[in-house]
Amino acid sequence: MSTFATDLSIDDLKAEADRLFSRKRIVNFGLPGLVVLYLIYVFFAFDVPGLAERANWENGKTLVSDSYSYKTHVERDNRNGEVSVAIEGERKGAYPEGTAPDWVALGETTVIDLEDGHVVRFGPDTVEYDIPGYGMVRATPSRSAGVQAELPSEDVPEWINVSKNRLAITTDAGRLTVTRNRSEVFRYFTGWELFWFTLDSPYYGKSFSELMGRAASGEAGAIFNDFWTNKMWRHQDVAWAIFETILMAFLGTLGAGLIALPLAFMATRNFNPLRSVRFVTRRVFDFVRGVDALIWTVVLARAFGPGPLTGALAILVTDTGTFGKIFSEALENVDQKQIEGVQSTGANAPQRYRFGVIPQITPVLLSQLLYFLESNTRSATVIGAITGGGIGLLLTQAIITQKDWEEVAYYIVLIILMVMLMDWFSGWLRRRLIQGETGKTRKPRDRKGKPFLLP
Amino acid sequence: MTDLTAGSQSVDQIRDEYTAMTRRKRVYGGILLILFVALMAAGFRTADSRNAGSFTDGWHRILDYPAEVLTEAWEKIGAMPANLVEFFPALIETLNIAAAATLVGTIGGTFLALMSTRGMALWPSLIPVFRRISDIFRAIPEIVIALVLIFILGGGPIPAMIAIAIHTAGALGKLFSEVNENASLKPVEGLQSVGANWSQRMYLGVIPQVGPNYVSYALLRFEINIRASAILGFVGAGGLGYELRNAMSWGQGRYDEAAAIFILLFVTIVIVDQLSGLLRDRLTHGSEKGATA
Repeated sequence: MSTFATDLSIDDLKAEADRLFSRKRIVNFGLPGLVVLYLIYVFFAFDVPGLAERANWENGKTLVSDSYSYKTHVERDNRNGEVSVAIEGERKGAYPEGTAPDWVALGETTVIDLEDGHVVRFGPDTVEYDIPGYGMVRATPSRSAGVQAELPSEDVPEWINVSKNRLAITTDAGRLTVTRNRSEVFRYFTGWELFWFTLDSPYYGKSFSELMGRAASGEAGAIFNDFWTNKMWRHQDVAWAIFETILMAFLGTLGAGLIALPLAFMATRNFNPLRSVRFVTRRVFDFVRGVDALIWTVVLARAFGPGPLTGALAILVTDTGTFGKIFSEALENVDQKQIEGVQSTGANAPQRYRFGVIPQITPVLLSQLLYFLESNTRSATVIGAITGGGIGLLLTQAIITQKDWEEVAYYIVLIILMVMLMDWFSGWLRRRLIQGETGKTRKPRDRKGKPFLLP
Repeated sequence: MTDLTAGSQSVDQIRDEYTAMTRRKRVYGGILLILFVALMAAGFRTADSRNAGSFTDGWHRILDYPAEVLTEAWEKIGAMPANLVEFFPALIETLNIAAAATLVGTIGGTFLALMSTRGMALWPSLIPVFRRISDIFRAIPEIVIALVLIFILGGGPIPAMIAIAIHTAGALGKLFSEVNENASLKPVEGLQSVGANWSQRMYLGVIPQVGPNYVSYALLRFEINIRASAILGFVGAGGLGYELRNAMSWGQGRYDEAAAIFILLFVTIVIVDQLSGLLRDRLTHGSEKGATA
């Protein structure tokens, strides 16, 4: 107010205004400047320029392409001539012996059609790859002489890698590798393979309408069982993992609420006259909150081993501190008049708390609990990754193998959906409970009140 | 009064109805309570049975590990100052990850919030798109992005920074857009009438109104991000968490180092909590004073 006091002369006023403006200018340009300076410092402290060397873009490429595509391996053991076909080269995805997808013709000479004119033939002695626009590549693996490759021209293009013991050809249609012991062809497809049924299930490759028809004729249980116990995607384990994660969040949040509520009474000035108890309770809240969930997880995992209980307890302990703080703040702001009103009817202490205090703090309590339920679903994922439980564990396991990126993508999608679902659910419940409650108490009072007060 | 109560209902009737209603309410409440307790108990039993060790076997061992660490740390108390100094750089790294992620996330969150508020968005038709983007950013746990990025970029602070920044941008985007809803659009219209472009309108018309609230939320986020950055260190993103895992997997013999890291982390979290609480108090309080002056 004093800045524009009217008893100043015009010059003084102008000087004042100038000073104000220059200060604002410094703040307005100085703050972003400081932020930029800090970011520059971080840029070098984190060695961002050196990132280009450390980064492995090849890893990134496999990750992205693998997350939406899969490859089928056709492999010939050059020592005994056996040909096997397996999705992702895993035993779980192997075609039964003597069978193959329709683009592979098994026989004396196995013919693999990679489409667009690319054809690979596994002969008894020689592997041939007919590449359109380039020519025929022949390779003869043998015990004694390694791999003898014959290329149509002298100069070797960069997508062919040839050495004494190994021939590797990478084209858009697929990939051929020939070594002394085996010849292998990869063909790439888009999608998540065997997501519904594995190859050993009778329902593999059936259309949706056919499955529905069979389900209607009494096979629904068997169909579901084959899907549920899918060895490749382990739907049962994934469902359990998600349930475990939500369970951790649920037990941790509500348990923390139950423990924190009575403790919060002990930490408030208006309900607890003992100063020392108040002080100790508050420091306990600060302590459990300050010792981070990470450390609680580490400590509890030593006592209980990995699993959902450890995660739930870690969330419970940390959140007891947070809830204690929030609840005690809410309790200190409680309106004393309602408690006095209840007391005037002759209520004893528990009744006073039940009817005078709890109804006042219920909205804060519920909305905080539900908010934390959602945020703890995320924490439970993270804690699960550390202590070993729930979807977090599955995710870390899938990432550690460094090849099941389609599973990683699947888990990430599931985690995002799970968190968004919990977010939506907790928001819905919050609206229902808090509005519903005020609505419920108001409406009957209005209905009864109207004839009562307004005739 | 007698006239009023002697309307359509007698006092007895009212009392009966009231007691019936209370009883019904009490029964519902009781059923809900029983259901809730049963749910908690069943959940606890399930969690207990799927855990490696059970609660009854383990609860008396909770303090074993801290006691072990503390005794060893106490025996080597002379090495504690040296340990604290040794791990101080790791603490700085953890703080840097959190601070840089908060700054980048705040900038991103501001952008998302402006883009998803009616009256401020640059492209009003894309408001739902930006809302969904911030929902998805918010839903991704940091660890997911961090683990994937560690695979591509290698270990170190950058994956953690990016991961936390993305989540922060989403979380702040939602909070900021709620703040934006309450901001007055008149300065924006005024600026538009003198020919200001979008960034000028936002920087001069909106940001000064919402600034204190933004900073207050960003500080709260900084507290959360320090914890997140320590956790991400544990999965290989550098900083205190990484050192903690090394010291722990070594086991006995390096518990003094583990204790030093515990202390550093605990003290930092408490100090930052207190400081940011104080600052947030001043921000909201200061803005009130500014409004009345």
